[in-house]
Amino acid sequence: MSQAAQTLGETPERDGAEMLRVSDLHAFYGESHILHGVDFDVKRGELVTLLGRNGAGRSTTLKAIMNMVGRRTGSIVINGTETLDMKPHRIPRLGVGYCPEERGIFSSLDVEENLLLPPTVRSGGMGLDEIYAMFPNLYERRRSQGTRLSGGEQQMLAMARILRTGARMLLLDEITEGLAPVIVQALGEVLIKLKERGMTIVLVEQNFRFAAPLADRHFVMEHGRIIEEISAAELPARREHLNTLLGV
Amino acid sequence: MTMIFGVPLAVFMGQLMLGLINGAFYALLSLGLAVIFGLLKIINFAHGAQYMLGAFAAMLALEYLGINYWAALLLVPLVVGALGVVIERLVLRRIAHLDHLYGLLLTYGLALIFEGTLINIFGVSGSSYPTPEALQGGLNLGFMFLPTYRAWVLVAALVVCGGTWFIIERTRLGAYLRAGTENPALMQAFGVNVPQLITLTYGFGVALAAFAGVLAAPLYPVSPTMGSSLLIVVFAVVVIGGMGSILGAIITGLAMGLIEGLTKVYYPEAANTVIFLVMILVLLLRPSGLFGKEA
Repeated sequence: MSQAAQTLGETPERDGAEMLRVSDLHAFYGESHILHGVDFDVKRGELVTLLGRNGAGRSTTLKAIMNMVGRRTGSIVINGTETLDMKPHRIPRLGVGYCPEERGIFSSLDVEENLLLPPTVRSGGMGLDEIYAMFPNLYERRRSQGTRLSGGEQQMLAMARILRTGARMLLLDEITEGLAPVIVQALGEVLIKLKERGMTIVLVEQNFRFAAPLADRHFVMEHGRIIEEISAAELPARREHLNTLLGV
Repeated sequence: MTMIFGVPLAVFMGQLMLGLINGAFYALLSLGLAVIFGLLKIINFAHGAQYMLGAFAAMLALEYLGINYWAALLLVPLVVGALGVVIERLVLRRIAHLDHLYGLLLTYGLALIFEGTLINIFGVSGSSYPTPEALQGGLNLGFMFLPTYRAWVLVAALVVCGGTWFIIERTRLGAYLRAGTENPALMQAFGVNVPQLITLTYGFGVALAAFAGVLAAPLYPVSPTMGSSLLIVVFAVVVIGGMGSILGAIITGLAMGLIEGLTKVYYPEAANTVIFLVMILVLLLRPSGLFGKEA
């Protein structure tokens, strides 16, 4: 368990309590059955990864948590609240921020409008100044059309805008995909800072070398279920095994 | 007497002013269509009927309830807008997942029902709505006589158009609308109640049509068919301006009114068709419209 994880003074939430518990989650897109009983849990202040090959169901798991897929069965408890029957727009209000794989920057809005777009879901979010301090590029380009930014800047923007909302748990989907190593490194530093602020983070990641030093635990997915859980401490001994599972 | 290309100045300016006022109605109505199309992706064929309902509601309110023009200007858009909310909730939402063509057909059906019902009760011949006292008379501009009511219509339409543009382009609510147009699923994932936003947007677009209807009541005969004849021209305006562009709808509406007015001066025979000629030209040269985004 990470010692760096600590909640901010204003949030009375305890570290180590359960933030997210997904049990026997099945998800369907129309007729196709994508998730086949996903089970995992995330503790407050923890950073976990969902690893696996393409099509294993990692992105769908995040979408299913946000109620963005078709039908779902099973159970998803966020911060003690069962959310399976909740409308999609209610889920973020439990303090969840979602960053989609395609980033979802709005072309009809400039950078600052994109940044200010997601409504505040809870108090204690980062201020605009803090966000600009963390992502100086965004400040320089705050009047540009959102989609005119470079890929790295768009990724920064997609993450930055959910930090403003007061979300305490971030679901981040493939944030390093297609980005230059220097940007990936910068994103890694951002994640470390967020963890120090007590954020709970679920990271879907292809780039294992990026995720390995950051995460407390790794969940490996295959065919729509979790097949393996590996803690940071177990990682060195089980690296070979993991590489086999991931096919790298 | 001053002549402009062989036409007396007073006639020229008079037609231009008439054109501008028609243009104000085109702008208000195409703006409502653009707002609705933006978020719902539905071409609201009931828009003309909703404009007509606005005029009718104002007339009935005056006749039976003694509600005067100024109160009607405020109340009628609310009431007709609320009817729009009900329509969206009960009918449009159920077909939202289908091809947008179904929305067009459904709203066209609704328009026919509204029109037919009122024709049954009131007949097709129009009635007149008295010009409110404060706006009777006119202003002598030197080169022409401008009826006060027409000046008021122009000002009111421009203020409402400008206000709508401001809300959509410059406020947080407007940012929700623009973003909801682009990616509704992600907006929900941010905690925005998109279905509610859609309902209110439709209600607002319908209220704009009803507002135009109340404005039109003292100017044109109030009849069940007043909307359907106007709507065809408004659709041409929307095509010229580019579907979904707010500023485009406003500017094109006013410009087409002016072009129509000018045509009346120089070649009256073409006055009713000139907008459609412009539409054909625009479709040939810039199919996405003057202000539309290139596909």
